[in-house]
Amino acid sequence: MGKSIIDKIWEKHVVHQEEGKPDLLYIDLHLVHEVTSPQAFSGLRMKNRKVRRPDKTFATVDHNIPTDNRYEINDSVALNQMTTLEKNCSEFGIQLAGIDSPDQGIVHVIGPELGLTQPGMTIVCGDSHTSTHGAFGSIAFGIGTSEVEHVLATQTIWRIKPKTLKLEINGSLRKGVTAKDVILYILAKYGIDFGTGHVVEYCGDTIRRMSMEERMTICNMSIEGGARAGLVSPDETTFSYIKGRRYAPKDEDFSLTVKKWEELASDDDASYDREICIDANDIAPMVSWGTNPSMTGKINEKIPTINDCSSELEKKSLERALAYMGLQEGQKIEDIRIQHVFIGSCTNSRIEDLRQAASIARGNKVHPTVRALVVPGSQAVKKLSESEGLDVIFKQAGFEWRDSGCSMCLSMNNDIVPSGEHCASTSNRNFEGRQGFGARTHLVSPAMAAAAAVYGRFVDVGAMSAAETV
Amino acid sequence: MSGFKVFEGKAVALDRANVDTDQIIPKQFLKRIEKTGFGQYLFYDWRFLKNGELNPDFELNQPENQNASILIANENFGCGSSREHAPWALLDYGFRVVIAPSFADIFHQNCLKNGMLPIKLQTEEVNYLFLKAKEQPYQLKVDLENETISDNNGFLTAFPINGYWKSMLLNGWDEIEITLQLEEKISEFEKSGGVFS
Ligand code: SF4
Repeated sequence: MGKSIIDKIWEKHVVHQEEGKPDLLYIDLHLVHEVTSPQAFSGLRMKNRKVRRPDKTFATVDHNIPTDNRYEINDSVALNQMTTLEKNCSEFGIQLAGIDSPDQGIVHVIGPELGLTQPGMTIVCGDSHTSTHGAFGSIAFGIGTSEVEHVLATQTIWRIKPKTLKLEINGSLRKGVTAKDVILYILAKYGIDFGTGHVVEYCGDTIRRMSMEERMTICNMSIEGGARAGLVSPDETTFSYIKGRRYAPKDEDFSLTVKKWEELASDDDASYDREICIDANDIAPMVSWGTNPSMTGKINEKIPTINDCSSELEKKSLERALAYMGLQEGQKIEDIRIQHVFIGSCTNSRIEDLRQAASIARGNKVHPTVRALVVPGSQAVKKLSESEGLDVIFKQAGFEWRDSGCSMCLSMNNDIVPSGEHCASTSNRNFEGRQGFGARTHLVSPAMAAAAAVYGRFVDVGAMSAAETV
Repeated sequence: MSGFKVFEGKAVALDRANVDTDQIIPKQFLKRIEKTGFGQYLFYDWRFLKNGELNPDFELNQPENQNASILIANENFGCGSSREHAPWALLDYGFRVVIAPSFADIFHQNCLKNGMLPIKLQTEEVNYLFLKAKEQPYQLKVDLENETISDNNGFLTAFPINGYWKSMLLNGWDEIEITLQLEEKISEFEKSGGVFS
C-alpha cells in the first residue's frame, strides 16, 4: 500500500512517539502576528524561557494595521499590540516584517512570497488560515496562543495524527468560475464541518492545472469546512513558483531539493480515510447569502426556503441567518443589492486576484451607491500591481486603492461595513458581525466582487460580454 | 493551570448550531495583550444591544441563567478563527465546562490548554440537557476521573476523552515543561538535519 503526502510529511516530523499520547511533531516554520502572540511571549518571560529557534520563526503585523495611512494609528490599544510585537521580536531575536518593511503583508501572503513556505514542511501560525500554505505541499495548520508559546519554547507541538480526506476535482471550469467558486461550491455542497478532524488533500486534473495563487485560495478555506489543514502535492507549478525567492534554496541546492520534493507527492495507491469526487463542470460563480460559508448558492439560484430544510436545527439556522441578512426565503441571489465591495484578504489579495478584478473594472465605473475597496495582500503585491498599472485601472473606475493588511476581512482597523448594509467580499468568513456590527457579508470571487461593484448587485461574470470585460 | 477532578455547577443552554469564535468574542476585543478580562466581552454582539444595554432576549441574560458554569451548546461549537480569546472569555465569564454534540478542532484544543473541559455527547443526550436546562436551577456533575456526567434526575452518561488530555487536566501540568524533558530528542532530531537540509 502506498502513502499519501500527509503520511510522508507526518512520519518525517515525529520527534517522539509513545503509546496513548499524541505524537510530538517538529515544526519547520512558525509564523507570528500581533494579535495572537502577546500572551505567548509574556508566558515565556514569566518562566524565563527562550525562543528555541528564532531562525525558524518569522513575524509581521497585518490584522490591526490601517490601510489608508498606516502611520496614523488612533486606536491606542491596537497600537500597543503592534509595538508589543516589535518589542517581543527584538527581545527574542525574531525577524519582523514591520510597518516600515517592504516585506510587510498578510502573514499567509508573505510566507509564500518570500519563499519561506516550502514543500514537505510543517508550518504553524496562531491563525486558522495557516491552511493556505498547504498549497505548496506542506502540512500547515492554525494553533491557539498556548500552542504558539509551546512552539516558541520547543519548536514542536503535540498532535494526534488527523484523518485523511482525498478531494478530487476533475474537468474544466466554466467561464467565469475561479478557485474561490470551487471552494465555496465544496462548502455549499458538503457543509461547514465536512473536514473536521481531517487533513484534506486536493487533487485531480482541475487542481493540477491551477496556479499557486489558485491553489492557495482553495487551501486557505479548508478551515471553513472544519479541516485544519488542506494541501496539494507539489509539482512543476510549485517548484517554478518557489525558484528564485529570497528564502528558497539557491542554485545547485535548489535542484537537489526539488528531487526530494518530487518524492513527496502521494503515491497512486495511497489510501485515505474518506474520498470525495467532484465534477468541475457542475460549478458556477458562487455567492454566499447566509451567516456561515456553507450558506452559499450559485449566482443563478435562489435562497432556500424554510420548506427545503431537512431538520429543525437547519430550519432555525436558516431563519436566524435570513433575519440577520435582511433577506427573504426563495429570493433570487441576483436581486441582492450591495453597498460595499471589499477585494482583499488572505484568500484573494494576490496578484492574480487583483488582475482578475481589474479585468472587470477596466473601462467600467463603480455604481454610484457603492463604496469599493481594493486592499493588496502585501507590500510586494501592491508594488507589482502598480508596476502593471492595476492601481490606475481601479482608481479610474472609482475603487479606493489601499495599503496592505487584513483590513475589512475582520475589520479590526477602521475599514468597517455599517450595520444593515451588504458587502460583496472576497474574504473567507461571513459570520455575523465579522465586517462590523450588523454588517451583511457575501463571499464571492474577485471577478464577481468587481462586477458587483459595477452593477450594485450580483451578476454572473461568466455571462458578461467581452465588451463589458475589456 | 489548576487541576480539575470533580466539578459541579449550574448548566445553561445556548441552543444554536455553528456558533463561531467571532460570536464568542468579537474581533474588536482582541487587541488586549493579557489573557484576562475578556469575560465582559463574551458573546458581546448577542449579549448587548446597540445602545450598550443588555439584550433581554439573549439566553445568558435571563435572570434564572445567572452564575452558570456549564454551557450546553449545539453542533460545531467554536468554529472559525483560532483565537484563544474564545476560551479565555468563557473562562473569565465563569464557564469551566462546555457540552456539545461536536466541536471545531482548534477551539476544542484551546479549551483543553486552558483547563476548560469540552465534553462531546450524543445529539439525543444534548437534546435532553437542552430540555432540562429550561427549568432552572439545573445542576450537572462532571466527574473527570471516571469520565462521567450526571444530573439529580438519574441522568448519567460517560464521555470520551483522550488519556493524555485527561491527565493534563487532572494534574494541571505545564505542557511546555513536559516537552522540555524531551529536549535531548529534539536536539537529536535537529542534528540529524531535520527534514530536508
Ligand atoms: S486576511 Fe482575514 S482571514 Fe486572513 S489572516 Fe487576515 S484576518 Fe485572518
